Amino acid sequence: MSIEVRNITKTFGRFTALCDVSLSVPSGQLVALLGPSGSGKTTLLRVIAGLEHPDGGSGSVLFHEQDVAGQHARDRHVGFVFQHYALFKHMTVFDNIAFGLTVRPRSRRPSREAIRRKVQDLLRLIQLENLAGRYPSQLSGGQRQRVALARALAVEPKVLLLDEPFGALDARVRQELRQWLRRLHDEIHVTSLFVTHDQEEALEVADRVVVMNAGRIEQVGTPDEVFHQPATEFVLNFLGHVNVFRGRVQQDRVVFGSLAVDAPGAAAAEGDEAKLFVRPHELEILAHPGRFDCLPARVARIQSAGPFVKLELLAEDGQPVHVELSHDQAGRLGLRENDTVYVRPRQSRVYLGQYSI
Amino acid sequence: MAGTIAFRSSPVSCKVAARPAITEPAAVRWVLIGVSLSFLGLLLLIPLAGVFVEAFRKGAGAFFASLRDPAAMAAIKLTLLVAAISVPLNCVFGLAASWAIAKFNFVGKNLLITLIDLPFAVSPVISGLIYILVYGLHGWLGPFLAARDIQIIFAVPGIVLATLFVTFPFVAREVIPLMQVQGNDDEEAAITLGAGGWRTFFRVTLPNVKWAVLYGVILCNARAMGEFGAVSVVSGHIRGKTSTMPLHVEILYNEYNFVAAFAVASLLALLALATLALKSFVEWRSRRPFIEAPEPTALEDLSHEH
Repeated sequence: MSIEVRNITKTFGRFTALCDVSLSVPSGQLVALLGPSGSGKTTLLRVIAGLEHPDGGSGSVLFHEQDVAGQHARDRHVGFVFQHYALFKHMTVFDNIAFGLTVRPRSRRPSREAIRRKVQDLLRLIQLENLAGRYPSQLSGGQRQRVALARALAVEPKVLLLDEPFGALDARVRQELRQWLRRLHDEIHVTSLFVTHDQEEALEVADRVVVMNAGRIEQVGTPDEVFHQPATEFVLNFLGHVNVFRGRVQQDRVVFGSLAVDAPGAAAAEGDEAKLFVRPHELEILAHPGRFDCLPARVARIQSAGPFVKLELLAEDGQPVHVELSHDQAGRLGLRENDTVYVRPRQSRVYLGQYSI
Repeated sequence: MAGTIAFRSSPVSCKVAARPAITEPAAVRWVLIGVSLSFLGLLLLIPLAGVFVEAFRKGAGAFFASLRDPAAMAAIKLTLLVAAISVPLNCVFGLAASWAIAKFNFVGKNLLITLIDLPFAVSPVISGLIYILVYGLHGWLGPFLAARDIQIIFAVPGIVLATLFVTFPFVAREVIPLMQVQGNDDEEAAITLGAGGWRTFFRVTLPNVKWAVLYGVILCNARAMGEFGAVSVVSGHIRGKTSTMPLHVEILYNEYNFVAAFAVASLLALLALATLALKSFVEWRSRRPFIEAPEPTALEDLSHEH
């Protein structure tokens, strides 16, 4: 079931949480809402669930082309998973999962046996079959979140909304659980929207990523698109580390100290300020300047514990430059701290004011 | 140091483990303990024992005879009646107020919170006097009530009203902070799962705060049965009719009928002891909500399954 949000604005007092946001989520996809805290992603999720109402008369929320703005949260048939699980402490795992079924009016309530079977199926799905009799306080964080997910799925929701589902878990559990969520989604195919501030999580799990900032959507795209073709400076900055160099436009080039990048068509902005963005893995390190444009820098720190060798360089003007090399490359260069090296971007993005080249 | 972190839902004390850094020399400890114990002994234990000693001074026969006295029986019945009306009403009020304060934002919320504390701030005698001012024969509503033959002051309704007033903070004060800490997540989860308002309240909200409610009810009941000041002003002390147990004790005492006075007083003392016992039970029970902290067994079993 598709979700569509049109022109939603939501303010809390003087704070604008959502500013004229529109978004459509195709049926069956797993979509991440990614952004820093305060960017409005959770508010958007809650507006979709009906837990928050958009400002008077603004916009509409549609499920499968049907306007649900007038519907109460309990009638929207969404599954909502909270960051802190919100499991009912006084109920067993079984009763928690069965809750959505047992509170139905008698006419629509499944039989006791049907509920039992449904809960057993869900327990199997979340791989906690033998913990049905436990209370939430007896479960680990990851287990609790899986129970919360099963509870949401028990009512066969039209859409599944997850608010920072892994936010309260430690790093290793997060990683396992998000891969599990991806596999689960491939199995059940319910349209899902999850909020996260962790870019790695969004890129790894989602079919599409919605990057939000200050109450607006910056970009919507596949993980590849948002990572490799960021639409705005914010997206580029938010999705992974990036080095920023400041320079000026001179004729058809943009000059950053001893570096220069061809920028045909930039001549109109002669003399304007420009910014060059280069991700750490897009920088090349040369032992000698050679015939290319490059930036001399001193090696300040080498951190080689990890999948990459991370270098922290200091350019001549004191600006730190972060570089990631493979262990092979680093080995060939044989770098030591305080060596002078030459840095050259293999790939870069230049932003002139609002324009990107 | 492995310790269990227990979830606490009730206010009041936590167990503090002895930490070497703040442990005092034995002498200091014994002096502190000695001072507190002798203070409690002089002020609490000896008078409490005194109540029972006086009550039984002329033997068990005289004790039970003074309780079987019709006026004493009437006082006991009236006290139970007043508690039976005011405790449930205050329980409902306390829950409604806590729900409103913890779950919604509205204009006048701070005023409501302040007003809930008012009975603690005002001397009970004054609250009694206010009822006389409003409902008394020469009060604002006096002529209106007199014309309809409704008597509030110097009658049971006045006693109930005064008791309601002095006891209404108890449940609300226990439940509000707990509800505020718990937030709205559970209720929102219940609603998205399709539960209606009442179902959410009875199946999710109430179980989450039940120990705090019970705690408040116990304190509320103790105060409702023991209230003297406010009730004294509005009751009129009509023996056998508008005397509650505390008032009856006073009447008997003023008549130099010490055995009877202390016999009734001993019932109130027993109520206090029962209240303390229940209160400790609720505190102990609410500290261990269901079972202890999770066993660290296979915390993340996912890893073994793929």
